[in-house]
Amino acid sequence: MATTEKPATQKPAPRRAAIVGGNRIPFARSNSRYAQASNQDMLTATLDGLVARFGLQGQQLGEVVAGAVLKHARDFNLTRESVLGSRLAATTPAYDVQQACGTGLEAALLLANKIALGQVESGIAGGVDTTSDAPLAVNDDLRRVLIQVNAARSVQDRLKALAGIRPGMLAPEIPRNAEPRTGLAMGEHAQVTAHEWEIGREEQDELTVRSHQNLAAAYDRGFFDDLVTPYLGLARDQNLRPDSSVEKLATLQPVFGRVLPPGAEATMTAGNSTPLSDGASAVLMGSDEWADAHGLPVLAHLVDGQTAAVDYVHGGEGLLMAPVYAMPVMLARNGLTLQDFDFYEIHEAFASTVLATLKAWEDPAFCKGRLGLDAPLGSIDRSKLNVNGSSLAAGHPFAATGGRIVAGLAKQLHEAGPGRRGLISICAAGGQGVVAILES
Amino acid sequence: MSDWYRDFANSGVGGTLTKQLGLPRPAVLRRYEPGEPLLPGPAVIGSAEEGRLREQLSSVLKDAGVSVLSPVAADGSGDGEKLAAVLLDATGLTGPADLAAVHDFLAPALKRLRPSARVLVLADPPSAAPSPAEAAARQALDGLVRSIGKELRNGATANLIYVPAGAEGSIASPVRFFLSGRSAYVDGQTVTLAGADVPAGEDDDKPLAGKVAVVTGAARGIGASIARVMARDGAHVVAVDIPMAGQSLADVANEIGGTAFQLDITAADAAPRLIEHLRERHAGVDIVVHNAGITRDKLLVNMDAERWNSVMAVNLQAQLDITQALLDADGVLKAGARIVCVTSQSGISGNRGQTNYSASKAGIIGMVRAWAPTFAQRGATINAVAPGFIVTEMTAKMPFGTREVGSRLNSMQQGGLPVDVAETIAWLSQPGSAGVNGQVVRVCGQSLIGA
Repeated sequence: MATTEKPATQKPAPRRAAIVGGNRIPFARSNSRYAQASNQDMLTATLDGLVARFGLQGQQLGEVVAGAVLKHARDFNLTRESVLGSRLAATTPAYDVQQACGTGLEAALLLANKIALGQVESGIAGGVDTTSDAPLAVNDDLRRVLIQVNAARSVQDRLKALAGIRPGMLAPEIPRNAEPRTGLAMGEHAQVTAHEWEIGREEQDELTVRSHQNLAAAYDRGFFDDLVTPYLGLARDQNLRPDSSVEKLATLQPVFGRVLPPGAEATMTAGNSTPLSDGASAVLMGSDEWADAHGLPVLAHLVDGQTAAVDYVHGGEGLLMAPVYAMPVMLARNGLTLQDFDFYEIHEAFASTVLATLKAWEDPAFCKGRLGLDAPLGSIDRSKLNVNGSSLAAGHPFAATGGRIVAGLAKQLHEAGPGRRGLISICAAGGQGVVAILES
Repeated sequence: MSDWYRDFANSGVGGTLTKQLGLPRPAVLRRYEPGEPLLPGPAVIGSAEEGRLREQLSSVLKDAGVSVLSPVAADGSGDGEKLAAVLLDATGLTGPADLAAVHDFLAPALKRLRPSARVLVLADPPSAAPSPAEAAARQALDGLVRSIGKELRNGATANLIYVPAGAEGSIASPVRFFLSGRSAYVDGQTVTLAGADVPAGEDDDKPLAGKVAVVTGAARGIGASIARVMARDGAHVVAVDIPMAGQSLADVANEIGGTAFQLDITAADAAPRLIEHLRERHAGVDIVVHNAGITRDKLLVNMDAERWNSVMAVNLQAQLDITQALLDADGVLKAGARIVCVTSQSGISGNRGQTNYSASKAGIIGMVRAWAPTFAQRGATINAVAPGFIVTEMTAKMPFGTREVGSRLNSMQQGGLPVDVAETIAWLSQPGSAGVNGQVVRVCGQSLIGA
């Protein structure tokens, strides 16, 4: 039964967007199970899994907003193409967004805002990334020559232009997980931050083990039965190591630390850093009225969100510390303290990032000096943190992480009962961060 | 999956060759397509002595637009039209002597059958007979119909419906089923009806319109086929399968406009989760098809506990637990609910290497019969369907010889299709099938095994 989106004909008072549910495919390690799957393949499969879960076949939604961090030039309309390939009505509009690892959460905020303003009644926010089927760009010098060849009007001019090709130009440009302005890998930046905040190796490994254990336990109790749809033979996240232990992690060699001051200990390993991974996620949202009219549950509402950015190039702040700045702004706006939450989802880009973020909120001098607060935000109950595992165990296909967290937290809050609050914090490349509040 | 031998036997050269060599000549069966008439030709209705169902049978056929020839014209003398169905009202039988009339009616009529014709006999059940002679006559029909089933060729079937006093109002839906292409692979079966409130005014094209149907094991094979047929008949299908099968489950759900619900039915909290889902998303459920099943074959002496326990857990215990929970949950199982449990030929006949499987499937039959009165009290039904040799991905993996022989050991001389099982289940799920309760219907083409 096809239904169409019926936008409000009059401006309603702002309302909270409802999170109805989500879907993702299990996250795969880079160049493994999803090596042959494109971003469009994965996003389409994820949308179709969501359609199947909620019976949205042939339905027109208000919009689908999603994005990818690593994107081929041909994927300029990635989300719209995925919608056209999915079981949704072809009349569902779609657009792409990209805010590095913040993409998924930012997409959810954009959609929630449109729902809140009555511009759409329903929609899907999501994200996808592949580090396997990554775009290789033609060397920039070669690209210029080829453009000249293409623009040349005579055979002679064309040959002349082609003669400009040099062997060195044949090497392609490979996307790197590094900041363009510093040339440093994200892990190198994080290692510097970890050193500055005196985050030890053991506490990073402990956080990592908890992530694996929590994720494994969540799978075992069927928590992901209505959040994940298997894909290409993979039914659980490929990076998950249920038997992970601090002892095992302790044997790994540090992989970052080339810009640490002399004598400083490198603490970050392949174990306590997220691996490159492939995957996609999607979250179904709508107004309460829309959910009710379609017989769909409301797991939680998206209450508020905030983004921030830091000057990690010249400003002396860590690359991944922007969420630390976004948080007090959002808390103040909502009259809440950091302790007023039942669950915390802090994206585990690196174990050290989570620990540095928590430590910064606890630090009176930092909170006063950098955040301009009279008192620190304080500490949180660690047993409420990433209770169903996070990126260290699940993997982190950049743009897909936000959707994974929003849907999972919404379900967790719903299970806990009405009136429960959850907090999301996601750091992103380029010195950016996105935070959000959900409430059941 | 194509049946190469059937196609060969129905080709020009193949037809001649198989006929001369006396080889099996499986027919291309008449299967149901929405919009097609109930029967492709006329029917004849006869009775042995004074039956009480004649009028009713006539009106069922008339409502379905079937032209009914008089038995006189079917006596083999004239060159009348070929018959698509032969119905016999044998409710007037009083003793074995009356069976001569049965012979008199059937013999000439059976000479004039079309391909995929239907022979359907209705009688009183032997158990309720007032005298041994009457019981004998009624029971005799069972042997007669089964033998006719084996004598018929060209895709024709013969089935028997026992109609106890008070169950006359229940016959329309079973009669339509056994005449239609839905029962293509149902042959040599006996169904005993019960009195029930049969709702009037069914939509023949969408008999399940507005119903919510749960189908377990719906990701592939027979389960996917059940889901498709239920959706075709108008139901919203909640397709259930283990999370591992989620991708194909989603494909099935999307294909039929249903919803996918990933659930391990053996999980401790499976029943409450299913019930919560049905309550929250669909305000209850009308139809539950317990189809999910597994095999873990080994000779009993070599079978480990894991093989035994896992088969019992999926095939039997989960059906018991979920059904009980549905009965207990307030308002979830809607009025007139239908439960259909998939059992197996192996549960009836036993099978070497399948002690665990056969035990679990036989257990289902016991469960269905024991629960039938409880369901009847609620105006609901619970039935079992026992597939025989059904051509699936699983049988495709069998060795060639075993498969070819196995698929021919029945009156239809071919394997059935998943859709044949699905059609039978969809029929039992119809509101009009209220008078079919506690029955085990085999979809086996009258298999020689366990018959």
